[in-house]
Amino acid sequence: MSDLVRLLNVFCLLSLLAVGGGSAVLPEMQHETVAVHHWVTDDQFATIYSLGQMAPGPNMSMVALIGWQVAGVAGLLVVLVAFYLPSSFLVYGCSYIWDQFKDNPWRNAVQRGMAPITIGLMLAGVHAVGKTACINSDRPLDFNIISSIVALAVTGILFAKHINPVLLMLLGGGVGWFLLRGG
Amino acid sequence: MQPKASNRPTLAQIFTAFARIGATSFGGGLVAYLRDALVDEKKWMDEEEFLAALEIGQTLPGLNSVNVSIIAGRHLAGPLGAISAAAGIILPGVLALVILGLLYDRFRHNPEVAAALAGVAAAAVGLLLQVTLKIGAKQFSNLKDLFFLVATFVMVAFFHVSLPTVLFLVAPVAIILCRPKTEPKQ
Repeated sequence: MSDLVRLLNVFCLLSLLAVGGGSAVLPEMQHETVAVHHWVTDDQFATIYSLGQMAPGPNMSMVALIGWQVAGVAGLLVVLVAFYLPSSFLVYGCSYIWDQFKDNPWRNAVQRGMAPITIGLMLAGVHAVGKTACINSDRPLDFNIISSIVALAVTGILFAKHINPVLLMLLGGGVGWFLLRGG
Repeated sequence: MQPKASNRPTLAQIFTAFARIGATSFGGGLVAYLRDALVDEKKWMDEEEFLAALEIGQTLPGLNSVNVSIIAGRHLAGPLGAISAAAGIILPGVLALVILGLLYDRFRHNPEVAAALAGVAAAAVGLLLQVTLKIGAKQFSNLKDLFFLVATFVMVAFFHVSLPTVLFLVAPVAIILCRPKTEPKQ
């Protein structure tokens, strides 16, 4: 089976599993692309994810870079189509049907029931990228301590102040350049 | 729910409007950008239509911002409107990512760049943590929700249970526990 077909399979499935937004499939995506198919390393995955946070638009478009890494421009296009098309078809179709169930109380039950699962998956996503970027056993301890402080500082600042996260990403880059060069 | 003929946009106008958001929405929070543009600025939808679209977009799989764009595009101009809106919101960011990717490829072996990228990656983790805590504030403070939240987290993060399995096992239970109360029959 060629890489393009494998990319298509993996990202189509991820598209349909992305309940409550893209961050929920982050752990599964990391598992498939790193451990199962060896398309990228843990480090590359964390870097590609952080590049996605710096670009405008939907943050999960970073999947395109995974496709690119595997199979060039064809890989990029296949992954974009595979990741966005299935869920988009579903939404297009369901937005008709959904209106019919406007007053059905089960609609609310589905939403309320799925909410904690989505948050749990997002937290697993934090764990998935965090164990590479902040608590990485291949790196020296001071490197991990600095990275963890940067991460927690960003979390704290965002709770305290309404500030564009891209500025904090750049600030994190500056801190990394200044403090992590030797590591 | 079609808008009035007077402010029904062409496909090019739809694409341009969404592409402007796709190109300028640095730092996430796309749904807020979409609301401002579609409801306040262009008046293509009213508040209630937007919230209805968001509700569907959040419940179904896929990215909320892309899902809302597709529903809004469909309301404005049918299938082609949906395609124009989705392409507009997605493509500028992909272009930016290709440029970032090329830079990354070229400079990743430079230790100074690698150090800066490690800092960015750490900051990205902090951002995702904050978004998770903020969106989940209600779920973290409700005991029943917290149970499902932690169960999902532990299964995926530590036992590497695959996502379909988790959804199949946990979702039905969680939904049934939130089932509508049956109204007493008269």
